[in-house]
Amino acid sequence: MERIVFYILALIMIVFAVASVTSRKMLRSVIYLLFVLCGIAGIYFLIDYNFLAAIQLTVYAGGIIVLIIFSVLLVHHIEMELEIAKTSKQILTTVSCLLGLGIFLITIYSHEFNVIENSLTTTTSEVGTKLLSYSDGGFILPFEVISVLLLAAMVGAIIIAKGNKLTDKKDNPA
Amino acid sequence: MIPEISIYEILTVTSILFFIGVYGFITRKNLISILISVELILNASVINFVVINKYLYPDMLQGVVFSLFIIAVAAAETALAVSIIIGLYRQISSVEVKDVETMKH
Repeated sequence: MERIVFYILALIMIVFAVASVTSRKMLRSVIYLLFVLCGIAGIYFLIDYNFLAAIQLTVYAGGIIVLIIFSVLLVHHIEMELEIAKTSKQILTTVSCLLGLGIFLITIYSHEFNVIENSLTTTTSEVGTKLLSYSDGGFILPFEVISVLLLAAMVGAIIIAKGNKLTDKKDNPA
Repeated sequence: MIPEISIYEILTVTSILFFIGVYGFITRKNLISILISVELILNASVINFVVINKYLYPDMLQGVVFSLFIIAVAAAETALAVSIIIGLYRQISSVEVKDVETMKH
């Protein structure tokens, strides 16, 4: 059962990822990315890490996709078709990507992974305890750094997106 | 771990996703499309973190915690990139890479 679900998810993810990087319509490419992200959330559900699956669906599918769609609608005409790279460049990139993929797969398949059979579920409380723990191997410091980073990114995004108006006001204090 | 599925199959899928992202990153000419490709690459790496943690070290939590940090950094990066793209569009009325030659205003 899991095998069938996994193969369906993998197929969906790869097909829509290819569609997303080759589609010539901007908005369609974003929607294909949404399907890929939902497939990845499905992988997290399969692997018994429900918290990350929920995070994936809310942050990526809910937040980032909406943000990208907004930016597409603000800067683009929907009917406009994207420029595509030259055919020679496309072929060169495809060949080098396939080469890199081959090297990756050879390395992966020649390595003997020391897999431990288990059916542990990662619960949210375990993750939360680990994140806020002060003891050895706790993640309280990166957690705080990430929260400051998010605040800085939020302030920076507002400053950059409103940059013009702020400087105008300073120049003419009417 | 996922019953009946070996770690090799999942790593194969994530490698394919990663290289699709690299392909898009190189061939696309549009800033927003490049952002989409970067999202693909980041997501492939997050799956790798979680899978290797769950398959090889099931009693540890480092990989699953780091995946949360990667998602937070990716969200911050996307928000900043989108604001930069909108700012650029105001200055030069374009989001094509070839038109973005200078960051001066």
